[in-house]
Amino acid sequence: MNYFVNEKGYYGDFGGAYIPEMLYPNVEELRQNYLKIIEDAEFQKEFHALLKDYVGRPSPLYLAKRLSEKYNANIFLKREDLNHTGAHKINNTIGQILLAEKLGKKRIIAETGAGQHGVATATVCALRGLECVVYMGEIDIQRQAPNVARMKMLGAKVVSAVSGSKTLKDATNEAMRDWINNPVDTHYIIGSVVGPHPYPDMVSIFQSIISEETKKQLIEQTGNDQPDYVLACVGGGSNAMGMFYHFINDENVKLIAIEAGGKGVDTGFSAATTFLGKEGVLHGSRSILMQTADGQVVEPHSVSAGLDYPGIGPQHAHLFKTTRAEYVSITDDEALDAGLLCTQMEGIIPAIESAHALAHLEKMKFKGGENVVVCLSGRGDKDMDTYMKHFGF
Amino acid sequence: MNRINKIFKEKKNNILSIYYTAGYPGLGDTVAIAAALEKAGADMLEIGFPYSDPVADGPVIQASSKLSLDQGMDLNLLFEQLKELRKTVTIPVLLMGYVNPVLQYGVERFCKACAEAGVDGCIVPDLPMVEYEEFYKDVFLKYGLSNIFLVTPQTSVERIHKIDSLSNGFIYLLSSSATTGQNLQVSDTTEAYFSRIADLKLNNPTMIGFGISSKETFDKACKYANGGIIGTAFVKAIAAGNLEDNIKAFMTKFTS
Repeated sequence: MNYFVNEKGYYGDFGGAYIPEMLYPNVEELRQNYLKIIEDAEFQKEFHALLKDYVGRPSPLYLAKRLSEKYNANIFLKREDLNHTGAHKINNTIGQILLAEKLGKKRIIAETGAGQHGVATATVCALRGLECVVYMGEIDIQRQAPNVARMKMLGAKVVSAVSGSKTLKDATNEAMRDWINNPVDTHYIIGSVVGPHPYPDMVSIFQSIISEETKKQLIEQTGNDQPDYVLACVGGGSNAMGMFYHFINDENVKLIAIEAGGKGVDTGFSAATTFLGKEGVLHGSRSILMQTADGQVVEPHSVSAGLDYPGIGPQHAHLFKTTRAEYVSITDDEALDAGLLCTQMEGIIPAIESAHALAHLEKMKFKGGENVVVCLSGRGDKDMDTYMKHFGF
Repeated sequence: MNRINKIFKEKKNNILSIYYTAGYPGLGDTVAIAAALEKAGADMLEIGFPYSDPVADGPVIQASSKLSLDQGMDLNLLFEQLKELRKTVTIPVLLMGYVNPVLQYGVERFCKACAEAGVDGCIVPDLPMVEYEEFYKDVFLKYGLSNIFLVTPQTSVERIHKIDSLSNGFIYLLSSSATTGQNLQVSDTTEAYFSRIADLKLNNPTMIGFGISSKETFDKACKYANGGIIGTAFVKAIAAGNLEDNIKAFMTKFTS
């Protein structure tokens, strides 16, 4: 089974480039150049130097001793929360800003949900001196105020998306519109493994550093580069794809993707795409999305702004349909509890997104001795308000 | 003969096509607007079927789509309205919308319903040309539907020829690379682009759209193409007040 993109831009039944003609030249320019640019030795050298000295990679693979005792398994946390800017998002933005420069672009646009991708984009634009515009849903702007301030301090213009649900989906629409209206000088840094081909492939390549490092670190720590389980949360799915990437063809490694169940999958307030969605087209690719029978996109809900998205990347849809990865869901409350537990047992405050992945450990049964890697995709500083309100600190 | 081919054969120049969103401003206005437009001199209609995430549209058309959806518009209702519309309206009717609702409805079922309702063609901006050619072209042709492709100033000559070979109605020239609702600025660059297209001697007629809001901009469009398409300006004009009076007043600007 091929789990990766084919030459036409598809993962099995999913992927492609469903874009209006106005975007065709931009996307085609990327498609024709991205692999050539990324695989160039000079690019790789610059990319890895920045990952090492600017981002702070490799991020540690930490054996969480107390969580391991509690769950009767070796729980390893891949510490993407220790990256500069506090999440895995920077891996992708470093890659894309270098690529944008090679393409001669002068202006960068991005969309953001929780603000992590917006901050990561604003950061690399400051680093390279490029103009930066970040689209963010009006509601997300309110609930992620510190990240909005960070973006502004970094010199980015934050534009409020006021259409639809006023969250990530609408910020993505606005960013795509901006790109349509500015086709020549602008590069759109998409923050997840969504969008028209080649974005899902390109973003997963940049994020694959997560699983590349994990394999090396597992050999050092366990003598085997194949764990029993790999867990990661999924909104669009970029940290999960980075965490799964080098394990995808290791068929005995079980891949588990954790979606945001919101208030419960059946409550009408959920973002659990594989449970509630159907095949369709959103934001330029064929995937699985939450929609009405008439093909209108349904507003998702999650306590974590980063998982509040009605679709998943096309490669996830393929992994789901072929059952290569298992897709499960965790509610808002379960995630918040898992975030508190991790904080109090390991001294690590996780992003609520990552807490969804941690929460699934509660539902697993271990024999003892299994090696489990959980992608701790980001840190919880940005979520303190939500944690405080929920637990009354 | 398909009504679209017929109009281009009969009229050739100054073809005026009006876009409006189905189910807007009132859910039941779709038929009355068509009838009033035909009466006031429109040559062709483009009826938008609303979608929740219309990336190629500007704020005015997006807001009209949202209101229409909130009022309960869906494809089944629209096809009912179109059957009603065809009892009186004789000019070509195109449906314009995004690919996901079509996929959910089922492409064959959609094309069949279009044919039964008297629809002559479709504009689906996010349906890739390669997908259309491989999977959907035969279905469209089977039901006598034209599929209209967009061309922008950035579209390569090679691609324009490919589009021309796959088209069987007209080619929709965007005045600029932009979402709907921008103003048409005919600069040297756009003029060069329009002339370049004219020089290609395409098999299909062309219509210029996006940014036409006045008689002046419509006349400019007609200088370089067989006609012009007006969308945002019309949707704005019918937002409030008496529908029939608004349509008459709006159309007088272009037909007098």
